Amino acid sequence: MRGVIELRDIGFRYDEQEVLRAVDLTLDEGELVLVSGRTGVGKSTLLGVVTGLVPRFSGGVLSGDVLLDGASIVEQPPRERAHLVGYVGQDPLAGFVADTVEEELAYGMEQLGTAPETMRRRVEETLDLLGIADLRARDLRTLSGGQQQRVAIGSVLTTHPRVLVLDEPTSALDPTAAEDVLATITRLVHDLGLTVLLAEHRLERVVPFADRIALVTGDGTVRVDEPRSVLADSPVAPPLVDLGRLARWDPLPLTVRDARREARSLPDLAPPEPAPARESRPVLVARGVTVVHGALVAVREVDLTLSAGHVTVLMGRNGSGKSSLIWALQGTGRRRSGSIDVDGDDPGELAPAERRTHVGLVPQTAADLLYLESVAEECAAADEGAEAPSGTCRGLLDRLAPGIDTDLHPRDLSEGQRLALALAIVLTARPPVLLLDEPTRGLDYAGKAELARIVADLAADGRAVLLATHDVEFAAHVADDVVVLAEGEVVSSGPPRRVLAESPSFAPQVTKVLGPPWLVVEEVAAALEEVRR
Amino acid sequence: MWGLPRDLHPIAWWTWAIGLAAAASFTTNPLLLLLVMGSATVVVMARRSGHPFGRSFRLYALLALVTVVMRVVFRLVFGGQEVGHVLLDLPEVPLPDWAAGVRLLGPVTSEALLAGLYDGLRLAAIILCVGAANSLANPKRLLASVPPALYEIGTALVVAVTIFPQLADSARRVRAAQALRGGATSGVGRLRRFLVPVLEDALERSLALAAGMDTRGYGRSGGASRGERSTTGALLLLALTGICVGTYAWLDPTAPRVLALPMLAAGAVVAVLGLISAGRRVHRTRYRPDPWRTPELVTVGIGLAVAVLGWYVGHAQVAVAYPGVDTMPYLSPLALVVGVLGTVPAAATPVPSSALTGREVPA
Repeated sequence: MRGVIELRDIGFRYDEQEVLRAVDLTLDEGELVLVSGRTGVGKSTLLGVVTGLVPRFSGGVLSGDVLLDGASIVEQPPRERAHLVGYVGQDPLAGFVADTVEEELAYGMEQLGTAPETMRRRVEETLDLLGIADLRARDLRTLSGGQQQRVAIGSVLTTHPRVLVLDEPTSALDPTAAEDVLATITRLVHDLGLTVLLAEHRLERVVPFADRIALVTGDGTVRVDEPRSVLADSPVAPPLVDLGRLARWDPLPLTVRDARREARSLPDLAPPEPAPARESRPVLVARGVTVVHGALVAVREVDLTLSAGHVTVLMGRNGSGKSSLIWALQGTGRRRSGSIDVDGDDPGELAPAERRTHVGLVPQTAADLLYLESVAEECAAADEGAEAPSGTCRGLLDRLAPGIDTDLHPRDLSEGQRLALALAIVLTARPPVLLLDEPTRGLDYAGKAELARIVADLAADGRAVLLATHDVEFAAHVADDVVVLAEGEVVSSGPPRRVLAESPSFAPQVTKVLGPPWLVVEEVAAALEEVRR
Repeated sequence: MWGLPRDLHPIAWWTWAIGLAAAASFTTNPLLLLLVMGSATVVVMARRSGHPFGRSFRLYALLALVTVVMRVVFRLVFGGQEVGHVLLDLPEVPLPDWAAGVRLLGPVTSEALLAGLYDGLRLAAIILCVGAANSLANPKRLLASVPPALYEIGTALVVAVTIFPQLADSARRVRAAQALRGGATSGVGRLRRFLVPVLEDALERSLALAAGMDTRGYGRSGGASRGERSTTGALLLLALTGICVGTYAWLDPTAPRVLALPMLAAGAVVAVLGLISAGRRVHRTRYRPDPWRTPELVTVGIGLAVAVLGWYVGHAQVAVAYPGVDTMPYLSPLALVVGVLGTVPAAATPVPSSALTGREVPA
């Protein structure tokens, strides 16, 4: 059987650096292929080769050939492939051209010159297919993240492409919205025979749906195989696979269902001890915090206490008020009512310079904090701004992420290194409370493990840490407390073993397999060690 | 009576509004100006769309008010005519010789105040009419209804309109983020802290948008042959030359007259031909284009009628159109018609469909 898309001996390089080398990949009809690999190995580049955005939008030199249905398309720019290859980028909002859902769905067809009657019919069909018919007249900017992602997928489906290319479609979504989007994609694969090429960091979400995995290894080559055999020794693997490897299950379970069946063979394990309740001093006490944006109540009478040495994780669906709460706690975000007390001061009433020494905050886009040409300059500016002895920021950075070349431009750093730099700059002012808004965006498993270590370190120094995240696996690793927000109100809070394990959408994979009180693979590893000894 | 709810063609709304604005520019009669402003407001209240820009009318109203106040205050501060009824005798601020001709303060006459008020009202009426068009018709749909040959330019404008709110968003975000760290708080350093991240963000967004549009087929070459392309190019080049020569000759009285208006007209005709030729090779279609039916014709007709009648009043009934500041302004029957005719679209057009769906509170 001939593939829909064939990549033949693809190589791609920037001046010095080789990104892809001798890549052969064939996508069959009705197949979902997952592109995985560590951050920065060239996953997006591989997708770009298929869409034609690489090298036209990225620079660099491409060699090799791309065949679609046996015809070479490597010389064609993306616009000439538009009727064959549909592409949805990481941030759907950035790629929207029109302003209402309906017009956005029609845009691609307008460009291709589709007949008006056909356009009308396909728009209606697509609205139904993706379950977004009730959103048809809505302004794209007022949609939630999951809805935007579905509209973006719909807007490329209307041109009936053969191949759909998706770059991290669920990275910004909460677990439930991510499941919705993935279910939609799976339905397209199964019902329409669409070929899907999809890159994703959070493998635990996608692996059950993938037919094959293309693992971009560090040296520029790509290994393509069945998920089971790729995951057996892949450097990136979801917790489920880690569990399977640990318990030496064969074949490796890819779904929670398979793993549950295998789990019966595990020896009796001593359940993990609940962490002893530590005495700790409250550093930040918030009472009845209410934040209102226009007519919308973003945060409604939230009580929250952050204690020294404790890591609190804030969860909740997109738009549930996490960011509003974080900015209000920092003092910049205006609150309607309520009180916040940090060491006897209310950060809302302090000058910005004073605020920084009370509460540190790393915003969602850490790059907003950076503006200088090199890491060294950024560090020096941070020392000066915080009136700290010179070298303070640099020292912090070396602790958080050792071995960063200080001559590098901050934009050339990896996602995780840039986050560490922003963290170091914020920490230079020595705030006792640290707030992190969505720090796990764009981090792979290794990056997240590193971040978890950093967060644990900061807590061990006696800082109170609050971080907002959608990533349940990360939350399970770092949290001492979990607070779940919905519609701006706290719906549950307490230790992760209770809050995460109880919730069907927030339960980590290990909990789903072994049941509470298990949270993370490391606990199972320790218990197994105990048994095997 | 005008059928089911639907959005009126944006060009119809803009023609109507420009007609009203033109009529307003032909008069300083405050009664007539108030009537024109009133009819624009009535139509906006009855037919504005539910989209965000539909709420912009209040801003324009505010701007109009500020304009009137500014005009009057300027008359006060920089003095007016010396003659007339003195309302308030302010002392004049003596100015050095080099500022001769400029007066600061001095006696305030009712005539000066009224002249300022009338002038301000005229500007306010024009601003309000533009505001009315903006809140009645989606400016993006207006740009999208350009002829196919100009489609690329239209899209560029649409994108520019979209980018502005995003730029404001990213500016707000960066300002908040930069307050989280210490550092330069004045001068160039501060500007740099703010500008660098905003510009980086804007650049990245533009690239993402360009990539998005490209992968969706924007700017496909279509099936034009080499010959067709060169024909179009030649036509447009010829038109440009004709228009340039024509304009030059028109402005230079010594040039032969045959090169003036005839040349300009010929250039324009060739330009239209070129655009048609360019449009023919564009294989693009419109999804649910706004139809052009009776309500559109009525609206455009009303706009034109108001403009023409306003012009007529301005020329034939000078006493009505430009009342003196010493007499009570009054309206002739014809002027009254000019003032109220503009309200007709409030009843003669269908209810905009977006007024029904757009009212939802954003999630």
